[in-house]
Amino acid sequence: MKESVISKLKVLAESAKYDVSCASSGTTRRGKDGHIGSATGWGICHSFTADGRCVSLLKIMLTNHCIYDCAYCINRRSNDVPRATFTPDELVELTLEFYRRNYIEGLFLSSGVIRDPDYTMERMVKVVRELRTTHRYNGYIHMKSIPGASEGLVREAGLYADRLSVNIEIPREENLKMLAPDKDHASVYQPMRYIHQGFLESTEDRKKFRKAPKWAPAGQSTQMIVGATPETDNEILRLSTKLYNVQGMKRVYFSAFVPVNSYDRRLPMLGSPPLVRENRLYQADWLMRFYGFGAGEIVDDAYPNLDLEIDPKLAWALRHPEKFPVDLNRADYEMILRVPGIGVKSAQLIVAARRHSRITGATLKKIGVVLKKAQYFITCGEISEGIAPKNGIIGDLHPDLVRKVLTQKRPTSRRAQSPDQTTLIFPD
Amino acid sequence: MTVFNYDSTFEGLLTAIFDAYSRRQFPDVLLPSPDCVSPSHPAHNAFGSVSSPSLPLFSDEIHNVLTDSAKSGRVWRALLKKLPKEVCNMLFYGWLSEESGVDMMLFRYIRRVFDEPATTSSVATDFSDPDILRVKQLALKVSHECEHIRQFTRFQKGGDAPGNDTTTGPADSYGAGATYFAPVSPRYNALPLAIGYFRDRFRDQRWLIYDIKRRYGFYYDLKEVTEVTMEDDAHLVAGKLDEAMMAADEKLFQDLWRTYFHSMAIAERINPKLQRQHMPKRFWALLTELQ
Repeated sequence: MKESVISKLKVLAESAKYDVSCASSGTTRRGKDGHIGSATGWGICHSFTADGRCVSLLKIMLTNHCIYDCAYCINRRSNDVPRATFTPDELVELTLEFYRRNYIEGLFLSSGVIRDPDYTMERMVKVVRELRTTHRYNGYIHMKSIPGASEGLVREAGLYADRLSVNIEIPREENLKMLAPDKDHASVYQPMRYIHQGFLESTEDRKKFRKAPKWAPAGQSTQMIVGATPETDNEILRLSTKLYNVQGMKRVYFSAFVPVNSYDRRLPMLGSPPLVRENRLYQADWLMRFYGFGAGEIVDDAYPNLDLEIDPKLAWALRHPEKFPVDLNRADYEMILRVPGIGVKSAQLIVAARRHSRITGATLKKIGVVLKKAQYFITCGEISEGIAPKNGIIGDLHPDLVRKVLTQKRPTSRRAQSPDQTTLIFPD
Repeated sequence: MTVFNYDSTFEGLLTAIFDAYSRRQFPDVLLPSPDCVSPSHPAHNAFGSVSSPSLPLFSDEIHNVLTDSAKSGRVWRALLKKLPKEVCNMLFYGWLSEESGVDMMLFRYIRRVFDEPATTSSVATDFSDPDILRVKQLALKVSHECEHIRQFTRFQKGGDAPGNDTTTGPADSYGAGATYFAPVSPRYNALPLAIGYFRDRFRDQRWLIYDIKRRYGFYYDLKEVTEVTMEDDAHLVAGKLDEAMMAADEKLFQDLWRTYFHSMAIAERINPKLQRQHMPKRFWALLTELQ
């Protein structure tokens, strides 16, 4: 390996970093003798960059040359950026040497499109094939499938990769066509279908033959750019529900639009990326995947966008005061999960602990349930005197008042509080 | 006040439980004592070296527990019968937290397990018992620390050239067969719990992971993992391989990794607080990318 690789690595890492997908989860694979690597089902983050995002996989591009001219992409043809290309062997060596030092959990291979989709895809498949066969690499591989690639190549990629993904990028097709004239939804959905099909077939085969090869065992994922085009959160969440149900996605990622090509008139002028909106979308995504919420409960035509001030679960609860307060000693697990501020872990703890004795405010504190938000939505025996001495519960309080209390900016220090200001309703 | 002296190992603790039930006498205090360290169980225990104990003022009965793997094994098997495996593991995780007083806490916990009639609900979820809650919390902390070891351990490749030994792994895989060294300095004694992961993943390379705080480590020689303590570990405790011991390309790959790490950050999203939340500062000294 030569020193010149450093500059290539820098260029190609900078080109790849805007893809937000990072998970190394979904596959559990024990190590094999004579092989290097294993995969843990939950995925491991090995480092965190200054922006707080994790480095789990070596997220890298094979090349950042590209024939397309997508307005939102840093690697678009018309951009004057340094370009570089790895040889497959350089990339293989880099991956293995990083892996052996426990720097990374695996490889995330992406690429700009050179010549045509199939030519690009072939070169990417070559890298993962080399890794798996010649170098007996047994760790995680996430590979991008190039929109428009042929079925045969996607099929071969799935034999080596754990997860395949195609980015949908822009939720509404006319907006995609406006920003990326060379792409359309058909070219994105086609490889998605191949991947879903391959995954289903392999699952079916493995029911019949225990040793049938696994095909992309960690499934597929996709990402949408948020804030580059005027789609509402309602559209985004409905589309992602569809992607989970129809295409069998494991994850849908949201990427706050970073204006990398600010000169392009088709893009909105933003001061900073819409990070809060991105965060709210992920919260909504979690509600749909782990809390039994439907997209229609989180956003609808009356409330097409998520509230940026409060999280979507709290927003739902404030719109449905009739469901509260929830009696923690009696309510179903599903209903406890819907209490703002109570997550999966706390809900499980509550259900486990109440088999031994009645839950009281003191028990909640002891087992570590955070009551900051939850206190307004629950009741359990003495709660109204033990936990929330003067605050009461939502049965007594108007939702608007609860909202006001919870969004109140707490002064950071005692000194910041003005001595003349008396707090009337909600002292600490 | 009844005092049990023991060698402050987990086996010793289990033996103490055996002794307590066979003598029908339960200790109020457990004390680590040098008298109980048997030569067959070298002094690698949770509290470092065993210091001479200070007996409580009014100790009327003192029993020396002699660690016996037959006795401790019986207690462990009985626990496995009474409790789900995860809960038994949790007891051991709690032990590895090295918190002072955790021995007595575990003692009371295990006693409750044995004394309580088999009921429908397991003792392990009764969080109104402070011991049970605390052991669970400690175990959780230890298992988080174990995950941190898996995340933030960084190997450095040693200078012994691959290929001069016929037992090396496949020579056609980059970096196979060489010896890799990693220093760790975990808050709790969680290294033993993470070894399974390293053993499973890095099968075709030799490695040494050394806990520079507790001065012991594990070495894998392509066949099995052995626990090692070194007489002269000053060069390991520094945390960085000497340049003379480093492989020729080690520097280059460290530079590559640093370059990669810094180019991955998106300037518009800088958020140092989030970074520190996921990757606490105490790990930074040993992270290659931040040196």
